[in-house]
Amino acid sequence: MATVTFDKATRIYPGTERPAVDALDLAVEDGEFLVLVGPSGCGKSTSLRMLAGLEDVNAGRILIGDRDVTDVQPKDRDIAMVFQNYALYPHMTVADNMGFALKIAGKPKAEIRSRVEEAAKILDLTEYLDRKPKALSGGQRQRVAMGRAIVRQPQVFLMDEPLSNLDAKLRVQTRTQIASLQRRLGVTTVYVTHDQTEALTMGDRIAVLKDGLLQQVGTPRDMYDTPANVFVAGFIGSPAMNLGTFSLAEGYAQLGSTKISVPRTAVTALGADDNAKITIGFRPESLDVVPAGTPDSIPVLVNIVEELGSDAFVYGELTGELGSKGLLHSGAGEDQVIVRVDPRKVPAKGETIHVTIRTGEQHLFHAGSGLRIDA
Amino acid sequence: MSTVTPQLDLTPEERAALQARSAAGRAAINAKKKLTSPWASFVAVVLAFLWTVPTFGLLVTSFRPELAIKTSGWWTFFANPETTLDNYKAVLSTEGSSGLGAYFVNSFVIVIPAVIIPICLAILAAYAFAWIDFRGRNALFVAVFALQIVPIQVTLIPLLTLYVDAGLAGTFWTIWLSHSIFALPLAIFILHNFMKEIPKELIEAARMDGAGHVKILFRVLLPLMKPAIAAFGIFQFLWVWNDLLVALTFAGGGTAVAPITVGLANLSGTRDTAWHLLSAGSFVAIIVPVVVFIALQRYFVRGLLAGGLKG
Repeated sequence: MATVTFDKATRIYPGTERPAVDALDLAVEDGEFLVLVGPSGCGKSTSLRMLAGLEDVNAGRILIGDRDVTDVQPKDRDIAMVFQNYALYPHMTVADNMGFALKIAGKPKAEIRSRVEEAAKILDLTEYLDRKPKALSGGQRQRVAMGRAIVRQPQVFLMDEPLSNLDAKLRVQTRTQIASLQRRLGVTTVYVTHDQTEALTMGDRIAVLKDGLLQQVGTPRDMYDTPANVFVAGFIGSPAMNLGTFSLAEGYAQLGSTKISVPRTAVTALGADDNAKITIGFRPESLDVVPAGTPDSIPVLVNIVEELGSDAFVYGELTGELGSKGLLHSGAGEDQVIVRVDPRKVPAKGETIHVTIRTGEQHLFHAGSGLRIDA
Repeated sequence: MSTVTPQLDLTPEERAALQARSAAGRAAINAKKKLTSPWASFVAVVLAFLWTVPTFGLLVTSFRPELAIKTSGWWTFFANPETTLDNYKAVLSTEGSSGLGAYFVNSFVIVIPAVIIPICLAILAAYAFAWIDFRGRNALFVAVFALQIVPIQVTLIPLLTLYVDAGLAGTFWTIWLSHSIFALPLAIFILHNFMKEIPKELIEAARMDGAGHVKILFRVLLPLMKPAIAAFGIFQFLWVWNDLLVALTFAGGGTAVAPITVGLANLSGTRDTAWHLLSAGSFVAIIVPVVVFIALQRYFVRGLLAGGLKG
């Protein structure tokens, strides 16, 4: 087993100005499950491919354990990768697929067979060992791809969105299976996904990337409770956080006639480039529905109610004097607010509800730089 | 890890059968609609008939005695059936000036290396063009395919000069090399395009598994390329088997290295037209490409890549 270290690793694709991955500094602990997450084009797959050796590193270094592997061939890095489309060899049986690496390495037949059978047992593939990939279902193919990695007993597993080709139900099931398998094998794993739910549920730690830049690394709880900037705040969590930029006056953020109190320390932390404005984020579950007329409440016109059984989410927009001013945005779009409400008492469409932000549950960010203000 | 249970109370087989039935049924109905226009059918039948009649006439002729061929048309055969195998016997014998047997053997000697040499070279070249990154790759690839523009006729005399200088004239090498040279641009192009279609993740997976270029090519790519290789192989086989120009230029008129096409050409012109031998000889020449085509056509099956990628 080994640690993985990205040391200012940079990748610039030929013919482009901006680096796809820009001076990535990241340390993965021994045996850790690290998830790289971000929107498409953020450089997460490129980072993984750099670690795999499939992509050149233009600057910086990559280490596995204490060994500098920056210029080492993929096969000599002692890693195994699971591809998004599985990349199984179509003309080989499941057993041959899983044993291919060992065969190339010149291992004796008996050892290959026993290691393949062992992996097949772990993955519940024993009865399919003599089939070709085309005779398998999507989930089984995914497991063969996992098996191909396990058989090699590598120091690091690399997984590039291995669940994105499964249907929703199977994805949830396989998610927990991969996570528990990784805990059992204790192999350092770097996992790439664009799905923040996958990231939160599977990772020991999560690294969020955007435009080739690392935004934040931390445990799922860290990411959720203390997002380092506006981007992470909006990206992690489902439904997404509501975010708004407001003018500050007398220690209050002004939302029309509604005032949201801002701690004194946060006000003093603001700099010149913030222009006396502050960005406030509040999660859908940090809002309380209150009776109309409550001071400092925010009126929300209900557009859609999503009922999930255990929860209900109101997708609404600001009304009255606050409406259509581009004050707020959320995962649902401009001027939209998402509110979690009691699933037993959902408002009707077209109704106006009033909400307040629960004290202490708002997230404060610099309006200029987008960085978190710790208050 | 357990498999997911189907949502409906159907076994997977039943569901697959249902799906297959509905999809196939719909396709069949669509196809039937388009093909049942009576006029289209009528035209198709007429065309098929017109196209087949001369070949059929040739077949009938090849079984008639020499005298009958020279005195009456093949259609009189039905009123006055009179068959013989003498024509085939004469054509297949290796003795005498009328026998095509030696030419027939030469054809095989020519065609087998002339198919294998370009395929072997083109596979290696196509791999390099498709998966090895080197400077000037695209320019070189365009240049190679641009050679396709050069007409064969332009190259004949310079090539012959080269062969004579090298002391190869009058041997099979001249024909093998010429056919290989003419086939390579297209072979590289076809095999390169097919190789490019193979998802790069498959090559990357093989690289991660520790395979070098040689193992990637032979263990991973070649088994997947059977359809393309078979397609090009058939193409090249037919072209070489039916070639007259190249063989006539480099082999001359002698029987030593000339293929059956040269023999047939001689029958139809140099000393009178030997219709009885020409018709039988044509069928002997046709039968080989037909057998090769039928033997290799199963490699044309699509979907050899199925299952390796995605769900």
